[in-house]
Amino acid sequence: MKIGLFIPCYVDQFYPNVGIATYELLQKLGCDVRFPMKQTCCGQPMANSGYEHLTQGCDANFVANFAEFDYIVCPSGSCVLHVKEHLHDEKNEAASAKIRKSVFELTEFITDILKVATIEGNFPHKVGMHISCHGQRGLKLSQMSELNAAPFSKPEQLLHGIKGIEIASLNRKDECCGFGGTFCVTEEAISVKMGKDRIKDHEEQGVEYITGFDMSCLMHLEGILRREKSPIKTIHIAEILNSK
Amino acid sequence: MKNNLSHSQAAEIFNKDEKRVDWHDETLWFVREKRDKSSHQIPGWELLRETASQIKNNVLSNMHHYLQEFEANALKNGIIVHWAADGEEHNKIVHSIMEKNGATQMVKSKSMLTEECHLNDYLSEKGIDVIDTDLGERIVQLRNEPPSHIVLPAIHLKKQDVSETFHEHLGTEKGNNDPQYLTEAARLHLRDKFLTRKVALTGVNFAIAETGEIVVCTNEGNADMGVHLADVHIACMGFEKIIPERKHLGVFLRLLARSATGQPITTFSSHFKKPRAGKEMHLVIVDNGRSTQLGRPDFRNSLKCIRCAACMNTCPVYRRSGGHSYHTAVAGPIGSILAPNLDMKQNADLPFASTLCGSCSNVCPVKIDIHDQLYKWRQVLVKEGYTPKAKTVAMKGMSAVLANPVVFDLAGKAGRFVMKNAPFMVNNGLNAWYKQREMPAPPTESFREWYKKNGTEFKEKDNE
Repeated sequence: MKIGLFIPCYVDQFYPNVGIATYELLQKLGCDVRFPMKQTCCGQPMANSGYEHLTQGCDANFVANFAEFDYIVCPSGSCVLHVKEHLHDEKNEAASAKIRKSVFELTEFITDILKVATIEGNFPHKVGMHISCHGQRGLKLSQMSELNAAPFSKPEQLLHGIKGIEIASLNRKDECCGFGGTFCVTEEAISVKMGKDRIKDHEEQGVEYITGFDMSCLMHLEGILRREKSPIKTIHIAEILNSK
Repeated sequence: MKNNLSHSQAAEIFNKDEKRVDWHDETLWFVREKRDKSSHQIPGWELLRETASQIKNNVLSNMHHYLQEFEANALKNGIIVHWAADGEEHNKIVHSIMEKNGATQMVKSKSMLTEECHLNDYLSEKGIDVIDTDLGERIVQLRNEPPSHIVLPAIHLKKQDVSETFHEHLGTEKGNNDPQYLTEAARLHLRDKFLTRKVALTGVNFAIAETGEIVVCTNEGNADMGVHLADVHIACMGFEKIIPERKHLGVFLRLLARSATGQPITTFSSHFKKPRAGKEMHLVIVDNGRSTQLGRPDFRNSLKCIRCAACMNTCPVYRRSGGHSYHTAVAGPIGSILAPNLDMKQNADLPFASTLCGSCSNVCPVKIDIHDQLYKWRQVLVKEGYTPKAKTVAMKGMSAVLANPVVFDLAGKAGRFVMKNAPFMVNNGLNAWYKQREMPAPPTESFREWYKKNGTEFKEKDNE
């Protein structure tokens, strides 16, 4: 089983530790994982801004990089959802179709494909889980509060094997943080207000860390936390799952 | 409605008073939670949504048939039926009915369609005195404001604001904020209007093709009061209000109030089937862009909407920007997929006033794929040229680099491509990211650089 590691462009350049944790974690779980060096971006920043028609080159490059793998794994629900819903390559549609089906967000890959129920590790801290919208409502990584349906959470389930971790219960379990891609600058006032309100919920529960499966949301929250000189830190779930 | 400010500009102004934003957000979140509690008490809730969605899909695919059936049955019942191609024709029809009856005064219960058509402005120019009888609508009417929410028109106002408005217009005591006192004042004021007006206009929640009757849902009973005391009843509806049979009504009544306010059912679900003896009943069926929307494959199912406003109450952007920031009759997520159909240029900003979080689609009782349509409208608006040129140039540059790994690599080496081009990094002196957020601290090496030293295949090479 050959696994292609898909690291979102901004994670590659700003949060290498998230990429390293994902890579090491998959290796620990016995995966044959490679990072194709010529990958760039999934094209979501353009597409969500209304420029999906400009993403053909990006898409073709993505297909060229990942066509050879059985599975493609990525530590970002949002990028995975974009690939699943919008990846097309006219010259290689069969390969794009295969990729759309075989691309997975990290935690769902571990629970659904590797069939690993929980992961051992050590993280003696009180943690708040930020449920990012695209992973949740798009990929259905966890149950959505709007629906009248049985609760579950793939990422939280994995954290249950981590020693010492205490997961906080939030007042608003799955409200958006306000990142939203270019929304974070085009609707700056609302974006920041949404972020501040999410942080307040975590603060009220006394968390030390805010974790999640999408670094983009965490980057936005981190930006506000650091500006407010808050002691709360952000950490990607891969880093907790890879803790020793 | 004037559109001098874009959504983001108006929302920024709304956010100057953060405490008020918190209050607005919490008030509407409370309504969302009431909706959750009441919908979660019904085991078949998701099936109910699916059923409603399918009934409405059937209606959209057979609209011509159901409209003709509805009209024939309404005529049989003695209702006078009018067809209006657009808002202007709708307004003219309503005015002509007023003229024919020699009436210069009207009471009107809630109708978002008349807001969409700007009926009040039209009639007031013709010298007709219109009184909105829904309490929330009356409050905003006195303040010369449009409703900020389709179910809770005055939700942007606190009781202190209402007290001031009533003091100015109804002569209540200054500074008396007691809701009961204020409601009583409104009741007395409206009672007089109900008793003296000869024409009553209502909206329509559901129009049943099989029977030719309409159903109007209110909590205040103001629609009934108006109609029962008037000689002429004018009911105005967008043509998408049709449902095929009376047996389908229960599906929608169970969904509507639970989705809107968390009530099991609206206090009044009034059926109007024919005029009372010696009285007149008119029905104005309005298109106003609906045929065009029905012809857009990606957007047609926005016409399934039953105007419950659940998408507004759940929308984290709506709750923090207020309804008026949307500069349209119908605000929030549903308004943002309906408005571009009416005027792309005026409303080009609205599909971008969303994080595409998807909560709207999940609460929608008729399962409209609202957030997917917001995404699709963005594509349409860009292609039609309604986005800033500078943005297009930047996007073209960005996509060229991201499509080419060699250029990307070079750009990366020259100073990290994403750092320079990510939306939050564009340093033009007005960096919107940096205004209230720190930038990520740049690491000593990228993942790619780390991997070149530590990736399995590179290590294997080193060992050879």
